Amino acid sequence: MQDLGIRVLFMGNNFIRLLGGLWITLKISLLAVALSVVLGTLLGVVMTIKHPVIKAITKFYLEFIRIMPQLVLLFLVYFGLTKSFGINLSGQVSAVIVFTLWGTAEMGDLVRGALISIPAHQYESGAALGLTKGQIFLYIVIPQTLRRLIPLAINLTTRMIKTTSLIVMIGVVEVLKVAQQIIEANRYTVPDAALWIYGTIFFLYFLACWPISLLASWLEKRWKN
Amino acid sequence: MSEETILLEVRHLRKDYGNGAVLKDVSLKLEKGEVLVLIGPSGCGKSTFLRCINGLEPIQSGEILLDGLSITDGTAKWSEVRQKIGMVFQSYELFPHMTVLDNILLGPMKVQKRNRKEAEADACQLLERVGLLDKKDVYPRQLSGGQKQRVAIVRALIMKPEIMLFDEVTAALDPEMVREVLDVMMELAAGGSTMMIVTHEMQFARAAADRVIFLDGGEIVETGTPDAFFDKPKTDRAQRFLNTFTFEKK
Ligand SMILES: Nc1ncnc2c1ncn2[C@@H]1O[C@H](COP(=O)(O)OP(=O)(O)OP(=O)(O)O)[C@@H](O)[C@H]1O
Ligand SMILES: [Mg+2]
Repeated sequence: MQDLGIRVLFMGNNFIRLLGGLWITLKISLLAVALSVVLGTLLGVVMTIKHPVIKAITKFYLEFIRIMPQLVLLFLVYFGLTKSFGINLSGQVSAVIVFTLWGTAEMGDLVRGALISIPAHQYESGAALGLTKGQIFLYIVIPQTLRRLIPLAINLTTRMIKTTSLIVMIGVVEVLKVAQQIIEANRYTVPDAALWIYGTIFFLYFLACWPISLLASWLEKRWKN
Repeated sequence: MSEETILLEVRHLRKDYGNGAVLKDVSLKLEKGEVLVLIGPSGCGKSTFLRCINGLEPIQSGEILLDGLSITDGTAKWSEVRQKIGMVFQSYELFPHMTVLDNILLGPMKVQKRNRKEAEADACQLLERVGLLDKKDVYPRQLSGGQKQRVAIVRALIMKPEIMLFDEVTAALDPEMVREVLDVMMELAAGGSTMMIVTHEMQFARAAADRVIFLDGGEIVETGTPDAFFDKPKTDRAQRFLNTFTFEKK
């Protein structure tokens, strides 16, 4: 029989293990995304406050998170916290913390951008009609902010899902880790297993992110004004 | 001018922006049904004056009275006062995420708590009057500038304000659209609305105004009937300003 690498996919429970790995990835991403949306929204609102100290702190946080590669942050939290403070965090918890720190920063910046993009005239037109401050936010500012924000936030979500591939480095069993194990186990019997396995992973990530990206661009088009 | 018919009174209004006074000591009275046109060079404080009247700008001193009651002494609720003062801006600021109809209904439904059916009937009637009933379900981005501005006028009118403020509502429009908006305003003026209009359209000012006020350097320099003002301005400053609108062959 011709030696087809694809058969490693279906050997034993390999495929199920890959899917299980993807599920952990998705779980970490979605938890981090959910936390980032809540915290990022708060951060974004805080970032619109014109106060020098608040500005300096939020800017520092944003720049710090952006400059640091996510991998370094992961090591800092996973190994650093354990070493320095004796706090023992599981790989999954560390991953959620790091991705939330990162997602909050990015989301905060998106929320800030969307909020300040609403022209002062919109507030004034609402005020001139006799709407209260709360009503202006509820009926005029928030709906417009959301329309600008949601497609961008969805794109951020796909970026976060993709970046979770890094957590293999701290030993959280997820899709790439499973892949390496399968490849190792079949190194001699199926030399081109790597191609097939990574190809499949590419496809799985694609399946997870593509519909989300499609949704983002659909919303973006629909809400353009 | 009898005191009972005074709708709006401004007494010694002063407005500063950081570096000096923009409005120095402005006083005027506006009668019910009167159309007042405010003209003056760019930067003289016309927009600022209108914005002070409906509380978009805090004032430094002076007093503004609506129906004989002060609206600047800190006791008045702006959200109530603003229902009595309709305002239309130069840059047609409709809400882009709402249809024409929803733009118009936001005020009556959320501020005045009227029911939708009844408010909608009003809205349709007003849209009909400005010739835009067929546009009630479209979004602002699908309208021309002139159409947007007419919708903005309807959005202010539906609140049944006692006075309408217009701040250069045709200044951002292409020339062929200016007319359709001015026609709506002429009709309002003829219908007995109380209006304060800032404009650079001198022909329109002359035709629509009961009284013209010339503002320069944050002060009222001259006031008079349109004919008197445009034909024989009393002050040099007004004369010089009017000259900027006429051309002579060199
Ligand atoms: N928010 C602001 N902060 C500081 N200065 C301002 C502000 N708004 C207006 N000004 C200044 O106040 C003066 C009056 O402005 P205003 O907009 O009332 O003039 P205007 O008569 O409406 O002019 P235009 O015909 O160009 O619309 C101008 O010198 C302007 O630069
Ligand atoms: Mg102006």
